[in-house]
Amino acid sequence: MRKLSGAVPFRASGFAPRLVPLAAVATLLGLVGLWQAGASAGLIPTLLLPPPVSIVRALAALIGSGELWRHLGASLQRLAVGWVLGTVCGVLVGVAVGLFTLARSPGMAVVSALYPIPKIALVPLFIIWFGIGEGSKIATLALGVFFPTVLNTASGVDGVPRGLIRMGQAFGLSRGAILRKIVLPGALPAILGGFRVTTGIAIILLVAAEMIGAERGIGAFVLQAGNLYDTDNLLAGIVVLSLLGLTVAGVLGRLERWLLGWR
Amino acid sequence: MSASSIRLSIQGVSHSYAGLQVLDSINLTADPGRVLVLVGPSGCGKSTLLAIIAGLLRPNAGAVLQEGTVADDCLNPLTPVFQDFALLPWRSVAGNVALPLEDRLPRAECNARVAEVLALTGLSDFAGAWPKQLSGGMRQRVGIARALAVRPACLLMDEPLSALDAQTRLLLLDEFATLIERAGTTTVYVTHNLNEAVRLGHRVAVLSRRPGRVRAVVEIDRPLASRDPAEPELRRIEAGLWDMIRSDAAAAERERVLA
Repeated sequence: MRKLSGAVPFRASGFAPRLVPLAAVATLLGLVGLWQAGASAGLIPTLLLPPPVSIVRALAALIGSGELWRHLGASLQRLAVGWVLGTVCGVLVGVAVGLFTLARSPGMAVVSALYPIPKIALVPLFIIWFGIGEGSKIATLALGVFFPTVLNTASGVDGVPRGLIRMGQAFGLSRGAILRKIVLPGALPAILGGFRVTTGIAIILLVAAEMIGAERGIGAFVLQAGNLYDTDNLLAGIVVLSLLGLTVAGVLGRLERWLLGWR
Repeated sequence: MSASSIRLSIQGVSHSYAGLQVLDSINLTADPGRVLVLVGPSGCGKSTLLAIIAGLLRPNAGAVLQEGTVADDCLNPLTPVFQDFALLPWRSVAGNVALPLEDRLPRAECNARVAEVLALTGLSDFAGAWPKQLSGGMRQRVGIARALAVRPACLLMDEPLSALDAQTRLLLLDEFATLIERAGTTTVYVTHNLNEAVRLGHRVAVLSRRPGRVRAVVEIDRPLASRDPAEPELRRIEAGLWDMIRSDAAAAERERVLA
C-alpha cells in the first residue's frame, strides 16, 4: 500500500518537437565559427579545406567579376527547363496511373523497371541521342524528376478519399470537374511533397551532368576549380549550390503554405 | 422551394458482395414529397440499398425506377446527404456548397443560391470558414445546404445524424423535419435510430437481418412539423418497430462479435 497526496503530476511532456529558427541559425554560425577558428589556429590544413573567410572572399570576387551570374544563369536555366518538363510529364502520367485502369498496370510496370536506374548513367547515352549541348543535360534532369513525380502523384491520387469522388459523382459532376475540383486538390499535398524530393534530385543531376559535359554552369565551375586545386573557388561553388537548395526549399515552403493553408 | 415531384419505385432489388447476399428482392415505394425511412439491424443492407437508389451501386437484380416531374432549376434530381459529410477540406463552407453549382449556373445565380441555402441552414456567418473549423453538427448543416442548393427532387440521406452527439442530433432532427416539409422533397432516409424514424418518416420500412428483406412497412400519416416523439402514438409505433427489430439486432450484434 502507498499513500498518495499533493497535486497530480503533469505527465504529458515531450514527444512534441518544435522548430526554433534561432537555434538553427546559431548552430550553423557556431559550426562556421569553429571551422574558422580551427583554420586560424593551424589545426585544419587550409590547402585541403580553406577557411570560411577565404571562401567568402572567393565568392565576392566571383560576384564582382560577373562570373558567378554567368555560371549560375546557365545552371538555373537548365534546372528550370528540366524540372518543369519532368514535373509536367510526371504529374500527367501520375494522374493517369492513379485514375485509369488502362494506364495503371503498364504505367507502374514501366516506372518500376526504369526508376531504379541511376539517371547519371544515362548521360553518355543522352549525349549520343541529343548531343553534347543543352539537350542531354535537360533530358537527364527531366528523366530524374519524372519518375519520383509519377510515383508521388499516383500515390496522392490513390490517397484521395473515394467517398469524395463518389460525392462528386452523386452530385452529377462531370469527370473533368471531379478531376479539377476533387482529385487534383486532394492529391496536391503529395504532389507538393514530391517537389521537395525532385528539386533535390534535379540539383544533384544538374551538377553531375554539368561536370560531364559543360563549359558553363556551377557543376562545370566546381569541376574546373577542382582540376586547378583552387579549393577556395571549389567551395565557393558548393556554397552557391547549398544556397540554391535553401532558396528552392524556401520557395516550396511558401508555396505549400499558400496552397495548403486549409490544412 | 422545389416544384419537382418524383416517385421512386424499388422493384425486386437484390444484391450481394463477393457471394454474400445483403439484399433480397426489395420492393418499396417512396411517394412524392414524403419521407421513406429505412430501418433495420446493422448489416441489413440499408446503406447498400441507398447507394443503389443513388445510382452509385449496380444491383445484381431488380431496378429503381424514377417517375414524375423535375423543375427546371433542379440540377441533380437524386441528391445525397452523407453520414461522414463528404466535405472537401480545401474548400470553405461557401465553396463546398457552390461545388455542384459552379459549372452549371452563371456566377451571380450561383452566389445567390449559396447565400440562400446558407441562410436557410443558419450558416451565413460561417461562409468563409474551413470545414475543420466547424463542429460535426455544423458540418452536416453544410452537407444539407449543399444538397438543398441543387434544388433536388429527392434527398437520399444515409444516417446523416449518426456521427453527431445526442443534443446536436435532436436539434438537427427538428431542422430536417422543417426543411424537408418546406421543400416538399421526396426523401429516403436511412437510420438505425427508431426515434429518428418516427420523427421523420411518413413510411417506415423495416428490413430484416442479412440478407435484408422488407419485414414490415409502417405508415405514419402525420405532418412532420407537428410531430413530437414523446406523443403516446409515436411512442407506441417506435415500440412496435423495436419489437420487430430486437431479435435481429441482437443476432447481428452476436454475429459481429464472433466475426
